Amino acid sequence: MLLRTSARLARPVCSRSYATAGSPHALVFLEHRKGKIEAGSLSALTAASQLGGQVSALIVGDSENVGGVVERAKKLKGVSSVLTSTSPQYAEALPEVLSPLLEKLLADSSYTHVVSATSSAGKSLLPRVSAKLDAPTVSDITSLEHDPASNSTVFTRPIYAGNAIATVKAPSTIPIKFFTVRGTAFNAAPVEEGAIAEVKEVEPVQVDSPTEHITTTIAKSDRPDLGVASRVVSGGRALKDAKTFESTLYPLADALGAAVGASRAAVDSGYADNSLQVGQTGKVVAPELYMAVGISGAIQHLAGMKDSKLIVAINKDPEAPIFQVADVGLVADLFEAVPKLVEELKKD
Amino acid sequence: MRPSPRRLLNILVPVKRAVDYSVKIRVNPAQTGVDTNVKHSMNPFDEIAVEESIRIRERSLSSSPSSPSSPSSSPVTITALTIGPPKALDVLRTALAVGADSGVHIAIGEKEAMPEPLAVAKSIKAWIEKQNEKAGGKEGRVDCVILGKQAIDDDSGVTGQMLAGLLGWSQATFASKVEVDEASGEVTVTREIDGGGMQVRCRLPVVITTDLRLNEPRYASLPNIMKAKKKPVEKLTPADLGVDFTPQLEVVRVTEPPKRVGGGKVESVEELVAKLKEAGITAA
Repeated sequence: MLLRTSARLARPVCSRSYATAGSPHALVFLEHRKGKIEAGSLSALTAASQLGGQVSALIVGDSENVGGVVERAKKLKGVSSVLTSTSPQYAEALPEVLSPLLEKLLADSSYTHVVSATSSAGKSLLPRVSAKLDAPTVSDITSLEHDPASNSTVFTRPIYAGNAIATVKAPSTIPIKFFTVRGTAFNAAPVEEGAIAEVKEVEPVQVDSPTEHITTTIAKSDRPDLGVASRVVSGGRALKDAKTFESTLYPLADALGAAVGASRAAVDSGYADNSLQVGQTGKVVAPELYMAVGISGAIQHLAGMKDSKLIVAINKDPEAPIFQVADVGLVADLFEAVPKLVEELKKD
Repeated sequence: MRPSPRRLLNILVPVKRAVDYSVKIRVNPAQTGVDTNVKHSMNPFDEIAVEESIRIRERSLSSSPSSPSSPSSSPVTITALTIGPPKALDVLRTALAVGADSGVHIAIGEKEAMPEPLAVAKSIKAWIEKQNEKAGGKEGRVDCVILGKQAIDDDSGVTGQMLAGLLGWSQATFASKVEVDEASGEVTVTREIDGGGMQVRCRLPVVITTDLRLNEPRYASLPNIMKAKKKPVEKLTPADLGVDFTPQLEVVRVTEPPKRVGGGKVESVEELVAKLKEAGITAA
C-alpha cells in the first residue's frame, strides 16, 4: 500500500504540449445542483474512464456550492484530477459564460476528449465550444472504444429515435473529441476507498455575456428522480386530466417506490409537468421496471424506455403497439386495474 | 437607450428535410445507413421554428396598430434556408407557404450525403455574413436565427449551439417561450431544462432552438401554397459559400438495435402481480 502511494508520487508530472498516442486525457464537465453531483455526470465519468487514460473533472459554480462538490468529486473512481473554477458568474451554467473558460483550458492541449452528460446544460455547452475548435460533438453515446495506436475513438449512438444504431469513428484528425454520454448506458462512477485526486484551482474568465440568467424553476417532487429511478410508472393520454393522472398513478408509484413518468400526449394535454416526459424529446430511462399505463407506444415514446429491463403495459386496446415490446401485458381498463393492482401489491 | 423606437428584425429559419416522423425506418442491407426511399417531410422541430418566426411577426404587427397590417411592410422579415438535394426545395416551399418571405437553397447532389452539423453551422454562418455584408448598416442584417433543437433523423441536437459559437452570439436552447422586445433589442426566452425551466434574457443577435412546447404549427392553406410558388428562392452551392462538406467523422456502420419481443399478455391483475413477484418486484 505504502509502496504504491510512493510510486505514484514518484511518477514525474509531465506537461506535454501535445497529446501523445496512447495517453488519452478526458476533461469531464461535472454538473451539480445544490451541492449534489448529477447522476448523469457520474455516468459520464465512467464513460471517460473507459478511454483508458487520465480523467480530469471540471467543476464550476459560485463559492457557495463548489467546495462540497469538489470534496466529493476527488473521491470518485477514475478521477485523476479535479479542476475547479469559482465565480459568481458561474452560478448558472450559461454556455456564453463557460465557453471562454473551456477554450482557455483546452488551449493547453494535453486534453484529447471533452465529455459531459447528455443533459440540457451539457448539450448546450459542448457543441458551442467544439465548433470554435472546429470539431464535432458526438451526441448521446451509448458505448465507446479508444484505440491509442491510431488515436481514434469509436462510438455507438442511437439515431432515428433509437430505431437504428450508428457506429462512428472520430479519427486522429480530430485532436480533441467532444462527446455527450447517455446516462442509462453507463453505471455511475462510485466513490473509491482511499482515492484522493489532486485539486487545481483555475482562474475564472470574466465575460461580458450577451445572455443573462433570470430565474430557474425546478419542479418539486418527493419521488425518486425519473432519470435514475430503478422503477418508473408512466401515464399517457388515457388518464383524462391532471387530477386523474395524479389520483390514479401516484398511489401505484408510491406502492412500488417508483418515479412517475409521462408520455408526450399526457404532457401536451397538461396532465403532467414536462420534466416527466419520457421519449425521444424527453428523458431516456432504463429502469428495472417500466410500467406503461394508458400509453399506446408511439416510436418516440419507445425511444425513451425500450432499454428497460422489465416492461409492463396496461392498456384497453389489445392492438396498442406497446404490447409488442411489453414483457407483461394486461388488456384492461386502467381505472379498474390500477387501483386493484395497488391493493394486491399492498397485500404482501 | 436606442434612438429608434422600433427596429427591423430579420429572422433566419434553417429547415431540414428529414424522413417523416411516422415512418418505421429500416436499416439498409449494406449497413451504411437507413433506407431513405420513404416519405420525407420537414423536421417537426423546424416546423415549430417556422411557426414561431411567424408568430413573432404577428405579435410585432399587433403591438403597433399604427403600422399597416400587410406582412410585406412588417418590421419582421423571415427567410427560410435549407441544405439538401433538389427535393429539399419541397420543405422550403412548405416554409414559404406557411409564411416565410423568401427562401435559400444550398444545393447538394441527389446522391451526396447530408453534411455534418458543423458544416451546416458553417454554411449558415457564411450565408449570414454574406447577407450582412450586403446589408451594410443596420437594416437587413440577420439578427435572429431560430432552429429546431434537433433533427429527428440523426438526433444530434448540436447545430444551433455550434452556429451561436461560431458567430459569438447569444444562444437560447430548448425554448418553450420567446418574447421579443424590439425596442430594447432584447429577447426573453424560457428554456426547458432537466427538472424544470430556466428564463434567460438575450441581447440581439441571438440563436434560438425550439422545444416541442413552443407552439402548435399551422397548416398552409391552398391559396398560400399557390402564392408560395411565386416567392423568391436563392440557390447556392457549398462552394459559393466557401464551405467544405467533407465529413470529419466516419460512419463505420449502421445497425438495427437489438430487437425486443413482447412477452405476451396476462389475463388478470392477480396474474400480473404474480409475474412481478417472479421478477423479484414487490411493493416498496
